[in-house]
Amino acid sequence: MTTIFDMPIAILGLQILIGLQNGAFYALLSLGLAVIFGMMNVINFAHGAQYMLGAFLAYILLSWLGLGYWWALLLVPLLVGIFGLAVERLFLRHLYHLDHLYGLLLTFGLVLIVEGVMVDMFGASGLPYSKPDLLQGAERIPLSWVTGNERDIMMMPVYRLWVIAASIVVCLIVWFAIEKTRLGSYLRAATENPTLVRAFGINVPIMVMLTYGFGVALAGFAGVLAAGLQAVTPHMGSSLIIVVFAVVVIGGMGSIMGSILTGFVLGLIEAVVKIAYPEATNIVIFVIMICVLLVRPAGLFGREA
Amino acid sequence: MSVPVQARAGRFNAVHVLVFAGALIALGALPFAVYPVFLMKAMCFAIFACAFNLLLGFSGLLSFGHAAFFGSASYLSAYALSAWGLSAELSILFATVSSAALGAVFGAIAIRRQGIYFAMITLALSQMIYFAALQADFTGGEDGIQGVTRNPVFGLIDITDNLSSYYFVAVIFVFAMFAVYRVVHSPFGQVLRAIRESESRAKSLGYHTDQYKLVVFVISAALSGLAGGTKALVVQVASLTDVTWQMSGEVVLMTLLGGMGTVFGPAVGAVLIVTLQNFLNSFGSLVTILIGAIFVVCVMLFRRGILGELQARFGRK
Repeated sequence: MTTIFDMPIAILGLQILIGLQNGAFYALLSLGLAVIFGMMNVINFAHGAQYMLGAFLAYILLSWLGLGYWWALLLVPLLVGIFGLAVERLFLRHLYHLDHLYGLLLTFGLVLIVEGVMVDMFGASGLPYSKPDLLQGAERIPLSWVTGNERDIMMMPVYRLWVIAASIVVCLIVWFAIEKTRLGSYLRAATENPTLVRAFGINVPIMVMLTYGFGVALAGFAGVLAAGLQAVTPHMGSSLIIVVFAVVVIGGMGSIMGSILTGFVLGLIEAVVKIAYPEATNIVIFVIMICVLLVRPAGLFGREA
Repeated sequence: MSVPVQARAGRFNAVHVLVFAGALIALGALPFAVYPVFLMKAMCFAIFACAFNLLLGFSGLLSFGHAAFFGSASYLSAYALSAWGLSAELSILFATVSSAALGAVFGAIAIRRQGIYFAMITLALSQMIYFAALQADFTGGEDGIQGVTRNPVFGLIDITDNLSSYYFVAVIFVFAMFAVYRVVHSPFGQVLRAIRESESRAKSLGYHTDQYKLVVFVISAALSGLAGGTKALVVQVASLTDVTWQMSGEVVLMTLLGGMGTVFGPAVGAVLIVTLQNFLNSFGSLVTILIGAIFVVCVMLFRRGILGELQARFGRK
């Protein structure tokens, strides 16, 4: 078998795949954060909790109502999105006239409440979620076309491939909707100058509310994807969201495509570091963040305010 | 113990002195009425919150990673006490200086961005410290450093019993509160407030705002380290709890609840939160829910905090 870094190329390929899959989550979550931030200048600390809520709702739909994965993929983003609409209407809307930090603090408080309630209801240990038969198992992929060695065969878990594909498709749809459609142009205009857009007869407060709901729905969608990969726990979102914050700082929140690309690339880099120097896996993204801040404080795709 | 003092530079009036004297007497008498370990813990968190407030309340910088300083200091002081057998005051000093150094590094990185980015960067940096504490050898991983000894002060004064260590911690507490008071009521503190109100205007007046922000970040980190280092001595354990993002959030809440525009409000907030946790300890996840709810209420309805509200009611200008 061919080896790189003393590691069989098949295992290497799997690590890269896992890296891309982590990147898929970074991209989905940082995309949601960027959409929300672009519209309302609020950093949604609850993004991780809403992602966790998505995973739990998938679990609940299956075990209480018998609704499977595909239903969850459709219904959970809607339900989490509605939760987001309520949060915007009840809380966030009353904070826009204040310093933006209050939005961050409020959503942080919500994280504690939501996580506390979930621990209270389901306990802190993980719950299993079974993915659909279609996405079980692994594909055999020959690597002989790369290495020229017939014995190099790689087992690609189907579900991981699905996560990457689903994330790419959703990210591109969001990018298209915001950058290329009429609705998206209203949105971008309202970001630049809400008062003027209002004068053209567009209901900006409703638009802001729906934008928040949509960003939150993206987190819920990511949560359903994650439910098929790992045990569902109340704390699955909070550690991830801090990494996503670093991803957002690296990318800068100026561009939708920038957030998506940064997410995937950082997932890949993390995988490479895991192969070369496993001890640093947890902190590599933070280290990259420091380097980017020193060289380009506004982030790779950001504009200095 | 805590005094509603309007932040005003340079004045040291008679009322302040009287209130300080009263607070000192109360501080001396309290351990005969309340369990000293609880009081010491409350004082540590009060120092932590007041130090944090130097940034949030007086400079307008929201650090979401202050657990990095509090927690790493707690580990270092615990290690110095247990493994090196250093005396109590030297261990705490070592932890404080290390926190100041860490604060200089983190501060220099974080002040490159403002507002929300500043919060996210400090949070990400502190998460690095969390992973370092989880993986390093000397921190004991999930177990933390347990059975920390209370070594004699100056190698002479025994503080193994709770009452004598209480007075040792009380001295540190008074020193820290005085330090915070002096920073706020100094020309330096005035400039910080100018930066909080409008950084660009402070810049146009010729102040190097980045230098001011860095210095106050280091002071705040050092005092947070003082709090963390002392806490390890008090509870005789250094654990991962002190470096988590939840701890960073807790100190924000203490400050918000007590009143972030006030000098000693955060100390009031800290005492309240520590008391709450003490009483509701057996309820597990309910504490988290309740703390989250207090957070939401503070942000929505009670942004001035307790002392800020009192000040506004009893109109001192």
